[in-house]
Amino acid sequence: MTPREDLYQPRLRRRRVVGRLFTWSCAAMSLIGVGVLAVLIVRVFLDGYPSLSLDFLRRFPSVLMPETAGIKSALWGTLWLIAITLLVAVPVGIASAVYLEEYAADNRLTRFIHLNIANLAGVPSIVYGILGLALFVRWLHLGRSVLAGALTVSLLVLPVIIIASREALAAVPDSFRQAAYGLGATRWLTVRSHVLPAALPGIVTGVILALSRAIGEAAPLIMIGALTYVAFVPAGPLDDFTAMPIQIYDWCDRPQHEFHQLAAAAIIVLLGILLPMNAVAVAMRAWHNRRKVW
Amino acid sequence: MVMVTDSTSAMPIGPFVGPLPIPAADRTDSAASRSGGPENVIQTRDLSISYGRFRAVRDVTLDFKANCVTAIIGPSGCGKSTLLRAINRMNDFVPDCSAVGSLLYRGRDVYAPECDPVELRRRIGMVFQKPNPFPKSIYRNVAWAARINGYRGDLEELVERSLRQAALWEEVRDKLNQSAYALSGGQQQRLCIARAVALQPDVLLMDEPCSALDPIATARIEDLIHELKERYTVVLVTHNMQQAARVSDRTAFLLMGDLVEAEATDVIFTRPNDKRTQDYITGRFG
Amino acid sequence: MSTRGRRIREKGIETLLFGCALGSVVTTAGIIWVLTSESVLFFRAVSPGEFLLGTRWAPLIEPRSYGVLPLICGTFLASGGALLVAVPIGLASAIFLSEYASRPVRSVLKPLLEILAGIPTVVYGYFALMFVTPRVLQPLLPQTEVFNAASAALVVGVMIIPTVASLCDDAFRAVPRSLREGAYALSATRLEVSTRVVFPAALSGVVAAVLLAFARAVGETMAVTLAAGMTPKLTLNPLTSIQTLTSYIVQVSLGDTPAGTIEYHTIFAVGMTLFTITLLINVIAHRVMRRFREAYE
Repeated sequence: MTPREDLYQPRLRRRRVVGRLFTWSCAAMSLIGVGVLAVLIVRVFLDGYPSLSLDFLRRFPSVLMPETAGIKSALWGTLWLIAITLLVAVPVGIASAVYLEEYAADNRLTRFIHLNIANLAGVPSIVYGILGLALFVRWLHLGRSVLAGALTVSLLVLPVIIIASREALAAVPDSFRQAAYGLGATRWLTVRSHVLPAALPGIVTGVILALSRAIGEAAPLIMIGALTYVAFVPAGPLDDFTAMPIQIYDWCDRPQHEFHQLAAAAIIVLLGILLPMNAVAVAMRAWHNRRKVW
Repeated sequence: MVMVTDSTSAMPIGPFVGPLPIPAADRTDSAASRSGGPENVIQTRDLSISYGRFRAVRDVTLDFKANCVTAIIGPSGCGKSTLLRAINRMNDFVPDCSAVGSLLYRGRDVYAPECDPVELRRRIGMVFQKPNPFPKSIYRNVAWAARINGYRGDLEELVERSLRQAALWEEVRDKLNQSAYALSGGQQQRLCIARAVALQPDVLLMDEPCSALDPIATARIEDLIHELKERYTVVLVTHNMQQAARVSDRTAFLLMGDLVEAEATDVIFTRPNDKRTQDYITGRFG
Repeated sequence: MSTRGRRIREKGIETLLFGCALGSVVTTAGIIWVLTSESVLFFRAVSPGEFLLGTRWAPLIEPRSYGVLPLICGTFLASGGALLVAVPIGLASAIFLSEYASRPVRSVLKPLLEILAGIPTVVYGYFALMFVTPRVLQPLLPQTEVFNAASAALVVGVMIIPTVASLCDDAFRAVPRSLREGAYALSATRLEVSTRVVFPAALSGVVAAVLLAFARAVGETMAVTLAAGMTPKLTLNPLTSIQTLTSYIVQVSLGDTPAGTIEYHTIFAVGMTLFTITLLINVIAHRVMRRFREAYE
């Protein structure tokens, strides 16, 4: 009888070598993204650093004299946008998530709403701009104001907030709720004092990520008519405005090299706001996952 | 810093130093027939296995004889599965697991640096508690391991042979291209057995193979084990004492990581030496 | 508070919350209403046939032509190119993260990839225009124009790597451990387990991930506008400037187009096209994803 050995040719050495090659190429590919990120940041920094100064933050943009241009109007426009978006999108988003997760029965309407939100999350931001143009600028006669811009951006980030909040609420174990109901609490009381606090870190992470998305968007704001050259700071929600991403876009679009440098400097400021925000959100998520009591 | 944890690649390339010993069934002159008794295929000597600081298996010295069914019984959490998984080094995938002592397969230390776990698992196959067929067709499930290991013979013949050995051939012969998931639980488990024997291993480890199955499927697999021991050495972990009594030739009783007693099955179940064995068998504790 | 008062308050809160949730439905309805009603006005002047099948897009200059195919072609050229970049890298990253990387490596690499996702698209546009084209593409391929589809595809690809990687990672982790164990017990190496068991088992999850990333690339605006230019043409040449659906909408908005004119209505017709394409891709992707999840739960 032939020994079994002859029938199998396991070629272990070859499989091992191929396995090693595969591992290292996967690792290398993973680092490509990180590598590009590093090149991008270094590039932007080198380009923009010469123009960066405190005056840069305090001056208005200038078309004629790039040396004295600044991002004051864009910076304040962005701040106004964040403030209004925070006030509008966050409560509505969390409230929607609370309803869908804690109150709604699992029926066709709820599933339809859920599907709807998932689809909205995938709609391009410029389509939200078109909606904002028709709804806020024209129909509600808000004009090209910072309020119209903020409302448009709120609609854009609402699905993100809702989805993140729903996940955070769903992650709270049922035993929390049962314990409260068992003591005679109403549903709202249970949610407010037991479930929401437990889900808060996840919700906050989602809100921060949503807001950082809002800060970076230019397309919807261009759609509603935010101007690219604005030399004043909005004094009220109905004033015209511009925002950081729009200013960056405008400066990139010009042929003169000095404006490109200004764009890079503005990017540094923008990333200086966004990267810490993202880092805080990611760190909070990691911290929450580690210390989860359940 | 070790960047990549890959237990199989941490070992040097290559099988055991020197060719692996040929299993008894293939030798033209079997050592068993020469020496007049079954040889020890697997031996442990003072084997202790720990997860971190918790010792799950403590100083176990045990022999597993060729073409025998050896059952390992004991209450939940006593270390039976840990011991079983140490034999084909499946414990390598548990991050904190470490082993002290020796575990010999045909005289060679399984935990020695020159032992390649992948090569080892070709000789020592395993069937798990819950059937885990691949989401592929029945044919491809059985043929998978043979293909990967460069089987040069007739694959269809191998698949048929393996399915016959697992007593599944008649039921699936005309639907080999169907998904394995269309089979019942008992059939899936027999498919997993067929998959394991397709590699023509030396030893078959079975980790509570019937615990997820109904009594009828269980009975079929127990009959199967009787047939399997003609060709393979079988180590069976079970929490069902009656199953051990029905199926095995030798039984080892593990309690809290310690080997209390290991004897021929009829001896253990009728005149055990240790009082703890007696208590367990009579149901004093479970 | 009396029981009746409490019940009224509870009901009031529930209604308020329901109103908020319904807001999402209102949003979708609003989008569809706006796009449809204004597009209808467009299609009164231009036949759908000319729009969908015409090969020249020139709504703002004489002679006018309203064939949207060049924009769709530009969109798919840029997005398809982005997928060529993002899918291999994202997939390889996901395999590495889920099958090979140890926990400390994973805890560093995953957040880094998420940071990549947090960078705004204008920044990627700047990078494409100021670095990728002059320092990477033009030295290698001198016939590359200042505005070209390739630089847009490259940076959008990098932008969606985290999307692909994270969704594929989720798909791989959804494959049960028992399947991997069974494969290892059959004398397989890690490579074989990853590529011949885990990956095929996770395939529909991977497909859904790729589709979702594609939809994101299609909707990308600012990076493409900055990098790819504004010349609509029906071409497969990635080294020349093109125009996508999104960058056309931006172009018209930045100009002075009075409301009610046909040029104004092109915004909505093109927007409608864009919305339909992304909606279709997203719906298919979610359906595939749901089928994948059902198989493993």
